[in-house]
Amino acid sequence: MLTAIALLPLAGFLLNGLFATRLFPNPRGTRFVTLVGCGLPILAFLLTLDAFAELRAGGYVPLSETLYTWISIGGAPFAIEFWFDRLTAVMVLIVTGVGSLIHVYSVGYMKGDESYARYFAYLNLFLFFMLLLVLGRSLLVLFVGWEGVGLASYLLIGFWFADPEKAAAGKKAFIVNRIGDAGFLLGMFVLYTALGTLDMDRINAAFMASPGPAISATLVGILLFIGATGKSAQIPLYVWLPDAMAGPTPVSALIHAATMVTAGVYMVARMSGIYVHAEGASQLVAWVGVLTAFFAATIAIAQNDIKKVLAYSTVSQLGFMFLAAGVGAYGVAVFHLYTHAFFKACLFLGAGSVIHAMSGEQDIRKMGALAKRIPVTFWTFAIATAAIAGLPPLAGFFSKDEILWYAYASERGGSFWLVAIAALTALMTAFYMFRLLWLTFLGESRLDAHAAAHVHESPFSMTGVLVALAILSAIGGFLSIPHVLEPMLPLPGILASRSGAHLPIVVLSVALGLAGLLGAWWMFGGKAERAKAFGEKVAGVRRVLEGKYFVDELYDLVIGRPLLWISENVFLKIGDRALIDGTLNGLAALAQRTAAAMGRLQTGHLHFYALLALAGLLGALAWGWRHV
Amino acid sequence: MDKTHALLYLALALFALGLCGVIIRRNLLVMLMSMELMLNGVNLSLVAFADRMGSAEGAVLVFLIFVVAAAEIAIAIPIVLLLAKSRRTLDADAFADLRG
Amino acid sequence: MSDALILNVVLWLPVAGIVYTAAADERRPDAVRGWSFALMLVQFALTAWLYLRYDAADPGLQFATRLPWIPDWGVAYLIGLDGYNVLLVLLTAFLGPLVVAGSWTAITKDVRLFHAMVFLIQFAMLGTFVAQDLFLFYLFWELMLVPMFLMIGIWGGERRIYATIKFVLYTAFGSILMLAAMIYLVWSLKTTTGVASFAFADLYGAGLKPAAQSWLFAAFALSFAIKVPIVPLHTWLPDAHVEAPTAGSVILAGVLLKMGTYGFMKLGFPLFPDAAREATVIVMLLGVISIVYGACLALVQTDIKKIIAYSSISHLGYAMLGLASVDLIGIQGAVMQMVSHGLTAAGLFFMVGMIYERCHSRNLADYGGIAKLLPVYSVFFMVLTLAAIGLPTTSGFTGEFLALLGTFRTAWQAHAAGNSTMLWLAGVAVTGVVLGALYMLWFAQRFLFGATRAPHAEHVRDLSAREVGILAALVAAVFWLGLFPDEPMRKTELAARQYQQLVGGARAVAALPATEARR
Repeated sequence: MLTAIALLPLAGFLLNGLFATRLFPNPRGTRFVTLVGCGLPILAFLLTLDAFAELRAGGYVPLSETLYTWISIGGAPFAIEFWFDRLTAVMVLIVTGVGSLIHVYSVGYMKGDESYARYFAYLNLFLFFMLLLVLGRSLLVLFVGWEGVGLASYLLIGFWFADPEKAAAGKKAFIVNRIGDAGFLLGMFVLYTALGTLDMDRINAAFMASPGPAISATLVGILLFIGATGKSAQIPLYVWLPDAMAGPTPVSALIHAATMVTAGVYMVARMSGIYVHAEGASQLVAWVGVLTAFFAATIAIAQNDIKKVLAYSTVSQLGFMFLAAGVGAYGVAVFHLYTHAFFKACLFLGAGSVIHAMSGEQDIRKMGALAKRIPVTFWTFAIATAAIAGLPPLAGFFSKDEILWYAYASERGGSFWLVAIAALTALMTAFYMFRLLWLTFLGESRLDAHAAAHVHESPFSMTGVLVALAILSAIGGFLSIPHVLEPMLPLPGILASRSGAHLPIVVLSVALGLAGLLGAWWMFGGKAERAKAFGEKVAGVRRVLEGKYFVDELYDLVIGRPLLWISENVFLKIGDRALIDGTLNGLAALAQRTAAAMGRLQTGHLHFYALLALAGLLGALAWGWRHV
Repeated sequence: MDKTHALLYLALALFALGLCGVIIRRNLLVMLMSMELMLNGVNLSLVAFADRMGSAEGAVLVFLIFVVAAAEIAIAIPIVLLLAKSRRTLDADAFADLRG
Repeated sequence: MSDALILNVVLWLPVAGIVYTAAADERRPDAVRGWSFALMLVQFALTAWLYLRYDAADPGLQFATRLPWIPDWGVAYLIGLDGYNVLLVLLTAFLGPLVVAGSWTAITKDVRLFHAMVFLIQFAMLGTFVAQDLFLFYLFWELMLVPMFLMIGIWGGERRIYATIKFVLYTAFGSILMLAAMIYLVWSLKTTTGVASFAFADLYGAGLKPAAQSWLFAAFALSFAIKVPIVPLHTWLPDAHVEAPTAGSVILAGVLLKMGTYGFMKLGFPLFPDAAREATVIVMLLGVISIVYGACLALVQTDIKKIIAYSSISHLGYAMLGLASVDLIGIQGAVMQMVSHGLTAAGLFFMVGMIYERCHSRNLADYGGIAKLLPVYSVFFMVLTLAAIGLPTTSGFTGEFLALLGTFRTAWQAHAAGNSTMLWLAGVAVTGVVLGALYMLWFAQRFLFGATRAPHAEHVRDLSAREVGILAALVAAVFWLGLFPDEPMRKTELAARQYQQLVGGARAVAALPATEARR
């Protein structure tokens, strides 16, 4: 059954990618694509529910299914094996559930696109690899999925490849991810060398046993985390995610918000056996997480592209998840992953609906007062915004509150500074999200006449999905994922001195959300002049934030250009051309010149040759005379 | 001076004479004849040694050289003839086309 | 017909092809192409049969033929399949029909001679792989030069003379040294054991003194390193590739380069184990340099063929690493990487040839947005590109992953024993994974995406059925080795173990996976 869950989307990919448009002319082809492209993921979701029921019935003993042995060397097999436990169940339900919703949404969003079949083929391919990633028992299967979702993401970001910028964004995503993957590969190598297995449950067990394995958990933890920084867009490898918004908006929702980018969080939670024993690595995870959250939030404040704001917000929220994982609260990290999947998917799809209504416009400076024109989109967007801001009783409130609490009070590295930065970030999150809401939907209309005439609510296939996701964002928090996962991922202990601080943290968390709301209302709710005046007062800061701290430019200057320069000038011009070919051509020239010089002896006169022969004869005789 | 020594001196004289001819004379035909002289000098020495040693190998070698020399002349004369035809001269210096 | 006889038929079938082309009619080129293709197909079918019959559990030589040839010197006509060559023979026979099919429209000058040359090189390459006698090996090794020389020299591009002379001088230089070393090797075998033999199996036991080994290893290694090629002996490769016709490039990248790595694996390392062990770090260093240097140079090329040529240098660096690691996983990875590179590089060169036939330009700057213009072409191009950068589920991943894992295991052991040099090298080698993606995707980006732009774009048509067939066969093989490498790898495993024993001695055997005990 697990195999079927994973392979259904693959079948969808093959059917849509290879046959759909060839076998059926439009419009039957389109119907076929829709049926296959959405039907198979939904089927996979239903099968997942069934598998979950089986898991529960079996008392949460992990289910496993071996597909085949990929390769076996020296008696050590690398098996392709699926593994279904509590954590997998949560992940697969999110992936297939949210995934199916977004597939359905895409039907309306991508309607009429000339590459409709290709789009669904890629989307199904993505789902297949994502399911491999979360279902795999071994790190190897996880890695296959890990790279595979990178591929799908590459293809989908560059979906409209005729635009070179979009194609470049896809390439950038792939390459930045590859940098992380190199670290991940090294981590796998260390683990396999030391333990002789890549099965994640075995690795965890080996680290939990005493004595543990003879390798440093911190080293492995850091190497694997490098992979996570790439896939989950953390400092220093986060730069690809904002650019990835070049893809179709449902793709941003599915891949770059709800599922793929959370793979790093899943991996850390899955390998918690290592991180529990790797204090240094965990500290690193927590700090990278909180700093990423903070910096991404500052950038998000100054962005004007509706999708870019959401992209930086995603980076920021992923940082929160890593913060939780870093302080040992893996269940909480997965909890935030789960709630985030709902509200961020809802936000992205809402943004897609806005863009749809605005005939492709993404700049929020040219929007405003859309609430009345597209009410369903507005209300769902508003609920999701409130959820991400952490207003009770919406989903984001529960998970964010827990993160703040453990960041402060966890025995595994909770600290005042972590919670202070995280709280500040939470405030900023509420602020920039309500700013987005206000500028897009409320206030004065800044639409140009042409766009204003075309504003329309999206079709039911889109708004229906929005409503479903908004409901999930509203009530999803009542299912306490940390509690569900606790038998598998125990929560860290609470520092005794801080055990009384939970209520203040809850109050703080709510207050931050409201403060952000009021701040945004004060700044953007009234006259536009107020925001403008403030923006001019801090023009320098704003420029830096709008320029995203110029990190892309910095990387280009420090890594990209030197690499090209060295390749071109040192390796190619000096190494290949001057040194190697120069030496060779020099040798060849030398041989030719020597030949020319020796050739002068060949005068062509027989007498001269005879004389030379005589001289040789005499020489030989003389030599013989002396030596005999 | 015994018989062998005398024959060897004669062979040396023939060989030297031939060598001088090859080096000094410019006419291709004469040069060829001088080369035959050198060959015969060597032949004579082989015969002398064969006689002195009382073995047949030297004599056999002489026959071999005869055959080779005959073949060589059979090829060389036509070449010289062709050369003479094309350039209307037998001067060896006229044929310096293989200059390096 | 016995299987040993079939192997002989496989080897000598190209000679029949040469005879056929000599008798054929130049005015009917399609007949020449058709019959050549059929002959190649038969050869492949027979090879596939042998491959299926190959017994993975038998460590010895299979389907062997041994005929005395020059008994006094111990030279014999000794051929057979073993774990070292079985996959490479299959690869060679697989590419044969594709090469003929791929040149169908590209070659219009001297069609008969061209096919004769393809047959001759096929004969020489197969001979080199199946030879189990050093003398025979050397004959075939040298024979490969002739058709390649002519192929570049006659059907090549503008600077074909320069390229072909460079290629021949480079390789001939290496061969001469190998010849000298070979003679010394056999002579010393005779003086120590009294047996005059050129058979590999006898030579493995020659038991040379370390000092002699170093010199002989150097001579053999130089010859093989030129063929691989390893930086800094690589500059003939880009020139040869650029000037060669598509068929030449495909053969060169697909099979000929593997001669170098195969030579290291079959001869260079196991014949001179002490010297090889001494040189492990140097070979690894050169492998890593090849990976990084080749990748960096591929990054800055403007000629499409050169990009792929430099990528070959980079990819075979992994194979060298795997071989030098003397780790079972690494060796298997090296074998897989050789075959995988043979498939992907051959495929990419086919594709460059196809675009060149249409647009007559190899300059990357002339192209853009090919994905819109030639959608089917672009799908194949993307798949092969992804295989080249080692994306999981393709053969490239299998090769790279295993080779790097093996290298890392050896490096880790050395590190535990106090020597971290190899560990650093392994770390640098992993960056090749990033660089590989960088240059290939950048290439794909400029070539396939963006606004559509190509010389003669208005006449360009997408792939013909013949071309789709060629590429589909290659892609199928790429996925076969990527998804189900177990079966082929089982056939090479015993050879890998033998190699490990010959080169590593007791050290390597003790270092077999710790897994068996654990499970």
